[in-house]
Amino acid sequence: MRYEFDWGLLWREPYFGWIVEGVLTTFHLALLAWVLALCLGIVIGVLRVTNSRVLRAIGTTYVEIFRNIPLIVQLFLWLYVVPQMLPREFSFWWNRLDNVPYWTAMIGISFYTSARLAEQIRSALRAIPPGQFKAGLSTGLTQVQVYRYVIVPYALRIIIPALTSEFLTVFKNTALALTIGVIEITATTRRIEAWSFRGIEAYTVASLTYIATTILVILFMSWLERRYQIPGLIKRGEARV
Amino acid sequence: MDWQVIIANLPLLMSGLAKSVQLTVVSILFSVPLGCIIAIGRLSHRRWLSGACTAFVNVLRSNPLILILFWFYFLVPLITGRNVNDLTSIIAAFIVFFAAYFAEIVRSGIQSVGARQIQAGLSSGLTYAQTMRHIVLPQAIRAMLPALITQCIVVFQGTTVVYVIGYSELLHTAASIAERTVRPVELYVTVAFIYFIVCYSASRIARHFEKGAA
Repeated sequence: MRYEFDWGLLWREPYFGWIVEGVLTTFHLALLAWVLALCLGIVIGVLRVTNSRVLRAIGTTYVEIFRNIPLIVQLFLWLYVVPQMLPREFSFWWNRLDNVPYWTAMIGISFYTSARLAEQIRSALRAIPPGQFKAGLSTGLTQVQVYRYVIVPYALRIIIPALTSEFLTVFKNTALALTIGVIEITATTRRIEAWSFRGIEAYTVASLTYIATTILVILFMSWLERRYQIPGLIKRGEARV
Repeated sequence: MDWQVIIANLPLLMSGLAKSVQLTVVSILFSVPLGCIIAIGRLSHRRWLSGACTAFVNVLRSNPLILILFWFYFLVPLITGRNVNDLTSIIAAFIVFFAAYFAEIVRSGIQSVGARQIQAGLSSGLTYAQTMRHIVLPQAIRAMLPALITQCIVVFQGTTVVYVIGYSELLHTAASIAERTVRPVELYVTVAFIYFIVCYSASRIARHFEKGAA
């Protein structure tokens, strides 16, 4: 293997500026998509455990559709198909927006992720023993209070590990936004490689960004988990033999 | 809307689908055994071995598939010193990437059986290999079957990533037809529908095994 390294390249312009830009794009795209996905996911997840058969069917259909179509295909649908289905005025306004691929990617990743999150939320809600709800009611709490003080705090703790891994999935999935023209960190390093033929240096930057973020998120979330541990519940890792 | 374009190009789309399926099958056939080896390596008592396998799994799982694909696309020709065709790099990337995920599934399957059963097997006079073969693996495979099938669906969905390299699997085929005929709506809707049918049916099968296991 003959390859001359030139790590200094990464600090030179224009590459350095590109890298900063790319990392920032990845981060805010991931965070925005995450927040939107969480809102959608909670709604759909709750729909799937309601007593109404119609609402449950809506929730199930939503989840199956968004889970079973690959994310890139969904991004293409949002970019090429959906604007054509909308009223003319709206699609005019939409196409005149500044960064259409960016917003398209945000919407696409959010909907895709929300279906996965809805499943996690549903199983967290189902993991709560129904006795908890009845016990809350029988001690004189109202239904809202039971949710506020018993069910939700409980469900949030159960769901932390799943939320961690889902966030990391969103974070990695932002790389797919490059297929519709968003210049995030992976696209940036691909561009640097194309300009300079320094693939190893360029891709190392992208990989380190993902690895470092993964480590930080996992550390933070396991701290959060320990901090809000309910005494007496099985801790993560303890169930193992 | 003009669905004629779909009918006219159906053979082309189907050959794209066939390539997607081929890529999926080849990746799974190689990455599952590799994943098993890595999973057993992670459970090893030798520190360096379990450390190396853990690092392999964690590094690959924290990177997006598309970036791994770029890495291989750049590195494989560099390491082998000659121009290999795209497909070689793609398959290598898929095998290595998904081996990390399969390794995690296999590991948790083996761990779900529990150390006590291994101890019981060993103390009843079986060798380690026999314990694995007759006690641990039959239970582990049953426990991890739903996750394995789900992961196979992920591999199939993952093949769309190859679009960026220009390998003519289903999505890339559809995209080039869409460009040629200027009918993106019909083509992308059709492609989404095809992916949905395949993935949904496969997820039904996974669900079936999940119920069977419970």
